[in-house]
Amino acid sequence: MDKKLVLNFPPSLVDKPIISCLVKEFGLDFNILKAYVTPEEEGTLVLELKGEEEKITGAIAYLKQLGVKVELLSKEVEMVRERCTDCTACIPQCPAGALWLDQATYQVNFTSEKCIACGICLKACPTKAMVLRI
Amino acid sequence: MKTIAEINEKIKTGKAVVVTAEELVELCRSQGVKKTAARVDVVTTGTFGPMCSSGLFLNIGHSRPRIKIGGGKITLNRVPAYAGLAAVDFYIGATALPDDDPRNSLPPGNFTYGGGHVIEDLVSGKDVKLEVSTYGTDCYPRRKLVTWINLKDVNEAILFNPRNCYQNYNVAVNLSRKTIYTYMGILKPELGNANYCSAGQLSPLLKDPYLKTIGFGTRIFLGGGTGYVAWWGTQYNPSVKRKENGLPCGGGATLALMGDLKGMKPEFLRGASLVGYGVSLIVGIGIPIPILNEELCRWAAIPDEEIWAPVVDYSQDYPQCTGRVLAEVNYAQLKSGRIEVMGKTVPTGSLSSYRQAREIAGILKSWILQKQFFLSQPVFSFPGPETGYTFKMLKERPVKQNNKNEG
Repeated sequence: MDKKLVLNFPPSLVDKPIISCLVKEFGLDFNILKAYVTPEEEGTLVLELKGEEEKITGAIAYLKQLGVKVELLSKEVEMVRERCTDCTACIPQCPAGALWLDQATYQVNFTSEKCIACGICLKACPTKAMVLRI
Repeated sequence: MKTIAEINEKIKTGKAVVVTAEELVELCRSQGVKKTAARVDVVTTGTFGPMCSSGLFLNIGHSRPRIKIGGGKITLNRVPAYAGLAAVDFYIGATALPDDDPRNSLPPGNFTYGGGHVIEDLVSGKDVKLEVSTYGTDCYPRRKLVTWINLKDVNEAILFNPRNCYQNYNVAVNLSRKTIYTYMGILKPELGNANYCSAGQLSPLLKDPYLKTIGFGTRIFLGGGTGYVAWWGTQYNPSVKRKENGLPCGGGATLALMGDLKGMKPEFLRGASLVGYGVSLIVGIGIPIPILNEELCRWAAIPDEEIWAPVVDYSQDYPQCTGRVLAEVNYAQLKSGRIEVMGKTVPTGSLSSYRQAREIAGILKSWILQKQFFLSQPVFSFPGPETGYTFKMLKERPVKQNNKNEG
C-alpha cells in the first residue's frame, strides 16, 4: 500500500536524518513530493510512503514519538469536467504528470492518484476547471 | 472548377460532399489532391481559443422615465462597459475588469471575473446586474438605474469582435530565471515550457492562406450560432513572411466577426482568467471553405507537420519587440507534447483546445449536411499581399508642454 503524508518538523529536528530511518528500520520506499524549510526553520515534507501496512503504521508512530507532526495529505485537487475546455495549458505545469492528454480524443485527463496537490493547475487553468477540496 | 452557387445547389439537394479539415488531410494523403478536389465540395474548420479583441453591443430598451446611459457610467456585474453611444446602447469588452479588481498590485493577479465572464453569463441565460449613473437632461431626466437584465429581454445583443481567428501564432517560452505570467499562460523559467495557441491543421485561416474564399459577408459558425465576417481584423497582415507552401510563418491575417448572441451557446463562448495577465473571452469559430479548385484543396489539406510557428521569448524579446525568433516548430511537434528549443527538450501546452476545434468543424459539417447552413459569396475580398497592406508599430511623437495645438 502507499500513503501520502504531510510531515511538519520542529526546528530541533530539521537537521536530523529521520527519513533515512524509514528506509533502514522499516524497509519503506519513499518519494518526496514537496519539501521546504520555512524562515523560522520549521520543515515541511510531503511524502509518499510505500510498503506493508504495518510497517507504515510503525513508521508513523516512530515519527510522532520523535515530535514530528504527521497528517494525511487531505487537500485534494479535483477536475470539474464541464468547466474544462481541454486546452492543455495545465499539462506542462503539472510536476507530477497527473494531467495528461489522450492523443486520440484530445481530451485532458486527470489521474488524481498521481496528484501532489501543489495547486499550480488551479492557476494555470483559464476556465477554473481545477479546484481544491480541503 | 466549381462555384459557390453550384455547391449551394448540391447542399440543397443533399448531394454535397462535406468533410472536416482533418478528414481532408487524410483523404488527400490516401487519394491525392486531384481526385479529392473533384469529389469534395466543402471543408469545415474550427478553432477555440482566448481572443481578447472581442465584445458585445447591447441595447437594453428604454426605462420609464428615460435614462441617457450615453455619456454616463455603466457596469454589468460591476464590470464597466463603454457608454459613449446613444441612450441605451453600450459595448462591453472581453478584457474589462471591475474598478476594484486588484489587478497586478500583488502579482500575479487572479483576474477572476471580467468582461468575458459577463458575456458567458449572458449567453448562459443568467441574470446580470446593471448599474448606471449618469446626468439628467430635459428628455432623459433619470440619473440612476439598478436592475437585473437577461439576454432574452434585451433588444439586440450583437457580438462584435474586431480581431479574432489569428491565422497563425507565436509559441511562447521564457528564457529568464523567474516564472512569468503572460496572455500565453504561465511560462516557467529557463525554457520550462512552451505554450502555443492555434488549432493548426483545423484552424480556419491556415486552410485558405490567401483568403481566396473568405471576405466581407462570409457566413460562419460563431460561438455556437451563426455569424458573419464583418471586416478584416485589426492588425491584419497579409504581407507576413510565408513558407513555400504559402502559409504564414507567424501572425498573418485576422478577421473581424459579428453575430447574434441570442443564437449562441455557452459551450462556445467562455470567460477566461489568465493569471497575472487579465481576463479574456474564449471564442469558438468555424469557417466553411468551398473547394472551388485544386489549389484551394491543396492548401486546405496542408497537415500539421507542414504548418510552422515561431518560438518567441516572452521574458525579453516579446515585451521589448526585438523580433528575435528562437526556433521554428511545426504543429505536429507541438501536439506531440514536446519540442526542441536551443538544444533543450521543452514540454508544450496549448491555450487553444484542439478537441473543441474538432467538435466545431464537426458541427458545421453536420449543419451543412442537414441543409441548415449555406455558403455565402463574399461581398468583396480583403487586401492580399500584392497590395502591400501590412501592420505597423506605433511611431511615438513626443508631446511637448505648451504645444501649439493645445493652445
